Amino acid sequence: MISSFILVPFFLLVMLNLPFAFLRGRIAFWLTGAVLLRQVALTIIHPWFFWSTFLESVGKFFAFNLSLDALSLLMLFTIGVVALVSLIVAQSTITTQKRRFNFVNLLLIAVIGMNTAVLTTDIFSLYVFIELTAVAVFVLMALEQNQFAVEGTFKYLALSMLASVFILASIAFFMLVTGDISFAGIHDAFSVEANDMVLRLATALFLCGVLIKCGLIPFHGWVPDAYSEAPAAVSVLVAGIVTKIAGVYALLRLFSSVFVLNDSFRNVIMSIGIVSIVVAAFAALRQGNIKRMLSYSSISQIGYIALAIGCGTPLAFLGAVVHFFNHAIFKSLLFVNAASLEKKFGSTDTRIITGLGGQLPVTSFTSLVGMLSTAGLPPLSGFWSKFIIIFALFSSGRYAYGSIALLASAMTLAYFLFLERSVFFIKSEMISEEGSGIPFGIKFSEILLAAIVVAVGAGFPFILNVALLHVKELLR
Amino acid sequence: MTINSILLVSLLLVAIWTVMTIRLIRSIVGLALTSALLSVIMYRLDAPLAAVFELSVCAGLISVIFITTVSFTQRVSRERLLARRKERLKKLFYLPFIIIVAAFFLAHYLKLPPLDLGAVTKNPEARVLLWNLRHLDLLGQVIVLLAGVFGVVVLFKEDRS
Repeated sequence: MISSFILVPFFLLVMLNLPFAFLRGRIAFWLTGAVLLRQVALTIIHPWFFWSTFLESVGKFFAFNLSLDALSLLMLFTIGVVALVSLIVAQSTITTQKRRFNFVNLLLIAVIGMNTAVLTTDIFSLYVFIELTAVAVFVLMALEQNQFAVEGTFKYLALSMLASVFILASIAFFMLVTGDISFAGIHDAFSVEANDMVLRLATALFLCGVLIKCGLIPFHGWVPDAYSEAPAAVSVLVAGIVTKIAGVYALLRLFSSVFVLNDSFRNVIMSIGIVSIVVAAFAALRQGNIKRMLSYSSISQIGYIALAIGCGTPLAFLGAVVHFFNHAIFKSLLFVNAASLEKKFGSTDTRIITGLGGQLPVTSFTSLVGMLSTAGLPPLSGFWSKFIIIFALFSSGRYAYGSIALLASAMTLAYFLFLERSVFFIKSEMISEEGSGIPFGIKFSEILLAAIVVAVGAGFPFILNVALLHVKELLR
Repeated sequence: MTINSILLVSLLLVAIWTVMTIRLIRSIVGLALTSALLSVIMYRLDAPLAAVFELSVCAGLISVIFITTVSFTQRVSRERLLARRKERLKKLFYLPFIIIVAAFFLAHYLKLPPLDLGAVTKNPEARVLLWNLRHLDLLGQVIVLLAGVFGVVVLFKEDRS
């Protein structure tokens, strides 16, 4: 039953907040972990789980209008993995029990929001649940209550509200023209009169809103502050999955299978994509803080996804979906690496942290895996998705876009190797101040994510056949 | 039609005033007026329930909360007020023009389909609409409220320890 992806975390949330003191301790962590693991497991052994018959009867009561297809299954899996990692990192980095409990609650709310957003079949519910996720994340980001975190949160809040205004206005126009806000209804309206001026305006407004949520280049002002000032566990969650679901998933779903785009829209999306790829890569080169560099790298990678969505061929769409998944995994990995440096040295400034030599073997090896995968080196997972996107661009005759994307990939390699060299490769006498070790939870998450990156890279042909090729059928 | 147009134009004027004025209290009054005008428009468009919500929540409740908050703040001196007014005007002078141009564009170039009020009123009553058709969104709203409560608890309740 699909709605269990929403109801199970919701019931856990309600249960955790019953007035029993023992629920606020470690048990909150384990229960949330179990719920997230269940989500990951369910998406792998889809369709059925042994107690689904019990939930079936609950489902009759909550008859939501949801649909589960290959794309949402992949999204649910990604949400499960990243949220689980974020939970583990929070357990090792957030110090007070009370704050950890608050984190668990807000994480659950964000997971409910994201799960519903990927399962829903109408555009207004999509908006409601993206906003729900955003509200939870605003609070999470300001959890530490220091000045910079609040500033980053405020920027995100202000731009996110602007995006909401665009999206709501767009939904109102769709409602006006079609009288229906389900994905199917809007798609039908497009097939009846694709050149209708109001539909075009609504699409343009929606595009503006979603691009702000994605943080692509002209709309990227909030991304570096939001990602770099949030607490470690929250930046894993936000950079890894939240902005991807709030922005990129909406882009993927609506601009490939709901809205019918003409060439000018395609060109706008592709130009924004290519500008983001190049400008963000240059900006990343100049950053002196690891988290800020990762934020710009994130903008650049989302540029690839936008480029592929703009291209619009089935192969490019497949590339966009695969890159979405890969990017969520390796960006989470890199932010966990940043969290482990932050935990050990209290900073992520590359001028302070330099020359770790062999001090942090796990972090240094897994960050190398993450960075090489981001840069698109075979046989890691990032290679395949970039390869598919660039191949799709060439095969649809967009040679200029393809070549620039290819060259920018080399730049990604450059800025990551600079970082890797100055932080991990040089040997010096840099010794951690407090001498605190890296907690097991963080090491475990690093290894888990790096293993996914390597496994997806090595077994890509198999995974492509089993799970990913169905995604192409969604393109209309 | 003329009454609707007058309402719409005054709505725009009040909204612009709300943004341009620099005294917070006036801004709040402007916001409440905007909501009130909007609820009149909603009522005229045969959406009485939406009008009631708009009037009670946006014009009533939210204004009260805002005024309570503003009552905790301090007055600024007259010189700073004037300086800030100048600054605001300099920063936002283009805003009315943009809105007028956008409104003109929307009214003339966009061939909006005529409002079919029948389709709206034909819809099932609000209870059915909320519980049977949009109950997923309703669940979302409930969880948004929960998130808001957590936000207040996490961010504003001082840690005693």
